[in-house]
Amino acid sequence: MMTPFIQRALGPRTYIFIAVVAAIVIGVGVLNLAFPEDHVLHVSTYIVSLLGKYLCYALLALSIDLVWGFCGVLSLGHGAFFALGGYAMGMYLMRQIGSRGVYGHPELPDFMVFLNWQELPWYWYGFDQFWFAALMAVLVPGLLAFAFGWFAFRSRVTGVYLSIITQAMTFALLLAFFRNDMGFGGNNGLTDFKEILGFDIQTDITRFGLFAASGLALIFSFLMAQAIVSSKLGKILIAVRDAESRTRFLGYKVEKYKLFVWTISAMIAGVAGALYVPQVGIINPSEFSPANSIEAVIWVAVGGRGTLIGAALGAVLVNGAKTILTGALPEVWLFALGALFIAVTLFLPKGILGLANQLMVKHKAREAIKTPAKIQEAD
Amino acid sequence: MTTLLRKAYFAICFFIFTLITPMTSPFADDIDAQINALAQGGFSDRAKIISALAETGDARVAPALDALANGLLYIQKLGGKVVIIEKAGSNYKLTDPITLEPLGEEPKGAFNKIKVNNRLRRGVRDALGGLRLRSKNPTDRLAAAEDVFKSRDPAAIPLLDAALKTEQNADVRKVMQQARATAVLFSNKEASAKIDAIDVLTLRSGRDSRSILLRFAKSAEGDLKQAAEKAAVTIEGALAAWATAQNIWYGLSLGSVLLLAAIGLAITFGVMGVINMAHGEMVMLGAYTTHVVQDVISQSFPHMFEVSLLISIPLAFIVAGGVGVAIERGIIRYLYGRPLETLLATWGISLALQQTVRSIFGPTNQEVGTPEFMSGAFEIGQMAITYNRLYILVFAIIVLLTLMLLMKKTAFGLQMRAVTQNRGMAGAMGIRTDWVDAMTFGLGSGIAGIAGVALSQIDNVSPNLGQSYIIDSFMVVVFGGVGNLWGTLVGAMTLGIANKFLEPYAGAVLGKIVVLVFIILFIQKKPRGMFALKGRAVES
Repeated sequence: MMTPFIQRALGPRTYIFIAVVAAIVIGVGVLNLAFPEDHVLHVSTYIVSLLGKYLCYALLALSIDLVWGFCGVLSLGHGAFFALGGYAMGMYLMRQIGSRGVYGHPELPDFMVFLNWQELPWYWYGFDQFWFAALMAVLVPGLLAFAFGWFAFRSRVTGVYLSIITQAMTFALLLAFFRNDMGFGGNNGLTDFKEILGFDIQTDITRFGLFAASGLALIFSFLMAQAIVSSKLGKILIAVRDAESRTRFLGYKVEKYKLFVWTISAMIAGVAGALYVPQVGIINPSEFSPANSIEAVIWVAVGGRGTLIGAALGAVLVNGAKTILTGALPEVWLFALGALFIAVTLFLPKGILGLANQLMVKHKAREAIKTPAKIQEAD
Repeated sequence: MTTLLRKAYFAICFFIFTLITPMTSPFADDIDAQINALAQGGFSDRAKIISALAETGDARVAPALDALANGLLYIQKLGGKVVIIEKAGSNYKLTDPITLEPLGEEPKGAFNKIKVNNRLRRGVRDALGGLRLRSKNPTDRLAAAEDVFKSRDPAAIPLLDAALKTEQNADVRKVMQQARATAVLFSNKEASAKIDAIDVLTLRSGRDSRSILLRFAKSAEGDLKQAAEKAAVTIEGALAAWATAQNIWYGLSLGSVLLLAAIGLAITFGVMGVINMAHGEMVMLGAYTTHVVQDVISQSFPHMFEVSLLISIPLAFIVAGGVGVAIERGIIRYLYGRPLETLLATWGISLALQQTVRSIFGPTNQEVGTPEFMSGAFEIGQMAITYNRLYILVFAIIVLLTLMLLMKKTAFGLQMRAVTQNRGMAGAMGIRTDWVDAMTFGLGSGIAGIAGVALSQIDNVSPNLGQSYIIDSFMVVVFGGVGNLWGTLVGAMTLGIANKFLEPYAGAVLGKIVVLVFIILFIQKKPRGMFALKGRAVES
């Protein structure tokens, strides 16, 4: 039962994707760890962390593509799930600081000592255990998405309205996490992390480990997403995307399918956030800002909506461009991003991958006209 | 020896002289002599002269008394003339205590200080209070009465009585009576006078009069205690009512801001169905137009500053509306029927507009001045209303009504509604649907620009101005019901008032979160808002 489910997910594209991600992870790892720092081929740890960040963004883009590309639900609030996963991991990392904080309190994080708190709030219990934090990084976004989706999909809030209320959701969370009395560090968020699972978070090997973990998470999530969309369930999701009412009239419980894929997607976003935080070393409420979520949507649009691989590709490309442009010409970046939004929607509605597909199909068609015999073979 | 004798002689003479002065007041109108007499005798004599001076009610004695309390009143050793001094190196700079004319400088050694103690200082303070109660300036008299109200000094009762006899100004009279009432409460007058005082204080119905009554109730007994407590409860009720009224006002004011920000969106999103994420930037453009207009005016036509906002309104409409038309013709018209793509494209536009403004004007806040007629505030009872908020409320309503008239009564409005309801049929009837689309979008954007003029008065004019309004605007439009301007009005006011009423209980941020969560839940229940359009036109 399970094997065909996975098997269907495995196509040539899947293999290529996995091979590329694995090659990048291993290649960069070798170049970073095996060559000394002054060697020509050495890749700095900064680049490793940067690429690790991109992989987390790719994972976030993948989760958005799963709901938007295959189910037609445009979420402008996926940054919220990402940030919640990040906060879960950040809480674990804060607890690991222990008495090495500025105030040297054995249990309370610095910001709580600063606010004169006497004891740990109940929702911080358990976060000294990695497994618990990891579980929460998946469960909390999942539960929020489930509750949100339960109400939204059952009352048939669709299209733009859904997008706007997801945006309101992340905005509300942004405001909430800015408050000091929430117990999540307020404005400054969580930072100054020391170690993860006993490893110093600053060392090259830990950095590479986190980078590799992000790569693995991306591969596994990709496989899972691919399996979902190529199963029968995936066909129904696409039917919902293209003709929601008709699917409902055919007897499918549309909201259940939507809720399922929406919750899975939020969980993937949570994982992405959890891997992101130790690599950038900070999580603060600005991750909840609606602008971040919309930016993530454009990664998917650039790469190609409904292709999964395209989402990951778009995330890496756009963020690569962002890193280069904000460094070289900070004034130009917002213009470039704005232009990207407009150009993609106007001229590349299917994204880069969609364009590549189109060209390939045209090419094949031309070939086919030239040699009619091949058509029969292909059939 | 002779000098000593002479001193003693003078002292005795003046002692007798000053002793009789306050009782018989032979020099009652001769202030000069009385001030000179201040230098003689002991502390108790001085106290009597001070009260006598206060009795005169002549404002001219105030500087001398003030100088006395501050230890700056001296007497010339030779001639016995009293002067106000100011230290200037080894010399004193002299001033006449009555006429305040400068009298030149003289060495320090030629003067003796007129000594004061705390009792005298208190006497001076009371005397000055009494003098201020009869000052020519009504605001001074009012402030003096308020001071007595706060000090609750029974000694001030005769002063107040005297002042009340001549007082003409009704406002000042009222406060004086209230001040007298507090003084009476803490004096040893008979109970009936105190009951009257309680009545007077009840009418003041402020937080201060309530606390005075409660303090009085603690020390009082029997009927008086009951009356005071009852009055305190009455005041409490009145205060609560005023607080509610003030909250409603704040809510309406916030609602008017939301309304202004959302009206334009009610056209572009509500009527046309275009998800315009660049709407906030249209508001920002309006605000920056105001800034530029004021800049030009202050450089070239400073006398026209008062009307700068009136000039800005049409200009902001043209600027934002023009940009809106350009956006519609350039981008949005290719995306009709693809709402999610429109959302992304307009978001891109908003980023580009923000960066444009940032590149031209810089990332910092720009200064926008407030004309005279919009600054200041007035009070109704316990409620403070600022003029700029009042004008913004009125302005928002005017904009809304104008827009409604335009939609319902003009040919353009008719065409606009026709295109929205059935594009194909409208086109078949000869309406240029493209043109109507562009104009409608321009109208919505232009109104957002006008909103920017008003919002520049209460918010920071920075490139991020629009961002802070975009989510709120969408909430208002969706909550009120898409395509319904009345809904937008009711939605904005409801959200504004709800926000302000939640604030005291939950704090500003949490209140806002609660409202957002409420809207999210509300949309689940009524996905088309409070006042949904009925019929098939809504479902496409």
